[in-house]
Amino acid sequence: MLSGNLLWVLVGTMLLGIAAGITGTFSFLQKQSLVGDAAAHAALPGIALAFLLTGQKELPILMIGAAITSALSVYCIQWIVSFSKMKADAAIGLVLTVFFGIGVVFLTIVNRSPIGNQSGLNNFIFGKAATMTKSDLLWLFLSATIIILVSLLLYKEWKLLIFDAVYAKGIGLPIEALKATLTVLIVMTIVTGIQAVGVILMSALLIIPAASAKLWTNKLSSMLILSAAIGGISGITGTFISAIRTGLSTGPIIVLVASTIFFVSYFISPAGQINKFRRKMQFRKQGDVR
Amino acid sequence: MIEFWVVLTGLLVGITCGIAGVFLILRKMSMIADAISHTVLFGIVMAFIITQTLNGFWMLVGAAIAGILTAYLVQLLHSSGIQEDAAIGVVFTSLFAAGVLLITLFAGNVHLDVEHVLMGEIAFVPWDRWTLFAVTMPKAVWMLLLVLLINIAFLLLFFKEMKLATFDPVYAASIGIPVVFLHYGFMTSISFTTVAAFDSVGAILVVAMLIGPSATAYLFSKTIKQMFIFSMLFGAAASIVGYYLAKYWDTSIAGMMAATVGLLFVVTLCSQKIIEHRRKTLVSKLENM
Amino acid sequence: MNALTVENLSVAYDKKTVLDNANVTVPIGRLSAIIGPNGAGKSTFLKAILNQLPNKVGKVEILGEIFEPKNLVVGYVPQRNAVDWDFPTNALDIVLMGRYGHTGLFKRPSKQDKLLAQQALASVGMQDFAERSIGQLSGGQQQRVFLARALAQNADVYFLDEPFAGVDAATEKTIIDILKNLKAQGKSIFVVHHDLQTVKEYFDYTILLNKTILASGATEEVFTPQQLQKTYGGRLFMMQGM
Repeated sequence: MLSGNLLWVLVGTMLLGIAAGITGTFSFLQKQSLVGDAAAHAALPGIALAFLLTGQKELPILMIGAAITSALSVYCIQWIVSFSKMKADAAIGLVLTVFFGIGVVFLTIVNRSPIGNQSGLNNFIFGKAATMTKSDLLWLFLSATIIILVSLLLYKEWKLLIFDAVYAKGIGLPIEALKATLTVLIVMTIVTGIQAVGVILMSALLIIPAASAKLWTNKLSSMLILSAAIGGISGITGTFISAIRTGLSTGPIIVLVASTIFFVSYFISPAGQINKFRRKMQFRKQGDVR
Repeated sequence: MIEFWVVLTGLLVGITCGIAGVFLILRKMSMIADAISHTVLFGIVMAFIITQTLNGFWMLVGAAIAGILTAYLVQLLHSSGIQEDAAIGVVFTSLFAAGVLLITLFAGNVHLDVEHVLMGEIAFVPWDRWTLFAVTMPKAVWMLLLVLLINIAFLLLFFKEMKLATFDPVYAASIGIPVVFLHYGFMTSISFTTVAAFDSVGAILVVAMLIGPSATAYLFSKTIKQMFIFSMLFGAAASIVGYYLAKYWDTSIAGMMAATVGLLFVVTLCSQKIIEHRRKTLVSKLENM
Repeated sequence: MNALTVENLSVAYDKKTVLDNANVTVPIGRLSAIIGPNGAGKSTFLKAILNQLPNKVGKVEILGEIFEPKNLVVGYVPQRNAVDWDFPTNALDIVLMGRYGHTGLFKRPSKQDKLLAQQALASVGMQDFAERSIGQLSGGQQQRVFLARALAQNADVYFLDEPFAGVDAATEKTIIDILKNLKAQGKSIFVVHHDLQTVKEYFDYTILLNKTILASGATEEVFTPQQLQKTYGGRLFMMQGM
């Protein structure tokens, strides 16, 4: 059952989960999780447009298109928030749906064109890891490795940026450049993942492992390791399940594995509900005794 | 006649969402609406699995339950210390993934495909009709009219309470305004709106219609009433312009409507900036004289 | 009867106990300052009294009764930065909100309500700003609007959370004059206050708070260097020379 290709796909989604777990943790701590959601949805018009303009469905070309519109959406959100009285949530929601709407417009045009019919672009909505070819996987490996390496290289700087931006600026760190690099890496993670997980659920890979890890620890280094591990495990388990039952999209299953881990952590972790309930009871009792 | 029904449906979506969106923006709950629009899929699939029919009524019920469940779960996670954006992200992706999975497992053969739920197909609206009180109209129009009525009734009954609970919830609670009831009542009406509109414009693009027109109105409105009026106008305009643009380019109507919503927002924001800039230069000129 | 009776009040946020076994009684008709260092739990104390916190134990009575929002005896003025001033409405509309409790569900505010709101706005010196968008008001003007809203409610006990934070001198003078006037009418007022220099001048009653109630009573008895040392610990450098 573990055919050669499946093994490679498993390694690929595991790497993807690890990469997303790491960049997701940084974006989670910056309270930018939903910006990642918007950026993921915004990849759709880029993919369709890249196909329309070049007529090719080579992954690198589609990925470049996706990266451009994804990054543009992040820029749009920042622009709206800083230049109008709109609050971040409305700006994110607006950009997300408008970009996705434009994506659907282009995708419909692609699907109506004779060459577009078999382009398989629709797979980008929910992801289909099983259909990935060797060269697709090569791109995934390369890009995930770059993301992981760059994150580890910039670990100290980002840590300062997140916990004490004022101090970081004081000791002469290039704050804006660091923020921009983080955005670029998040966009890269999204673009890397959409073929396997799809644009709609890609944000789950960024958010859920990080949110689960936060329930276990407050230390950034352990949070990163844990989040990467949860991402990797979700990726590999989800892909495996979807591979043995053909016809299931990979994305939803990976997400469900991750969210199972989240909800288990939500109850049993040190900061979890069971402990919290116990403390609450204790507090009530103390109050009564006095 | 067919075109008439499609345009009317679009108009109704624009107006209904335009009304529902005002308090959504003011309460800073846009992303919860986005989450609900994803999770109604879960509710609809569950309704199908339990009843084994594609009856509109049960779908409305299922979707409303899923919507309230979403709002409740987000609130629960948030109040137990998980930051709000992550709480929203976890809840909607989990329920959406569950919905997609359930469709592939249990509802593969029925007319309930995910892409339809997401993107809608407003062009098919005129063919699915209901007759009620000797009037025959497309099902979508009936549903939208019903939800529009519910939304208007909710606002007429609770307008001043909603206003206060939105502006200053702590003070509202201190004078006995039922803040929690209003929160969940409003979330229910958002779920209804999403379900009624999802059949025609699709679940995700409902959010464009919910957020876009009222966000555009928010940029310049001085009172809530003004915001309501402009929000409805923008919603209606976006749906009509979107429809004809889509027809012209022969592409997705719902997608084009969302794109028009975005265009309206950008044009309004830019013209506001230009007017402000002109005023400033005028003032500085006068001062220099 | 007392304006406020608090017995064994404790509040916890998750792991941390923010307020531990607080006890205090304040008679009717006092203008009281609630004083303590940053993070001492002053806002928490107010919110716990207003029954806004889930994880709370102890007994709170206002005018001899358990607090019931519908009775409208409590007029609460939150911190100015607790709300979003971009909200699309004007000053008079905010003040009118103080009448909503009296108007009741499903009904619109009456002419009488509007008149009372206008009077309240005039009493804080803001009658010329009734139609102004709240986002265009200065910090001091916003604070006056908030006070006017509580006045329009016509409560018996008022709780103000840092009404003097970030306001101009004229506004501070207006607010304290109004509060003293309310006291003269026999109302009870509680103010979370930061500026120790003005305590003696403004308030006749003082509550010292740091995680619990450390002392309470007439200002001249409680507001002493020893008590303040106890409340603020070593941080009380600005008090030297008083």
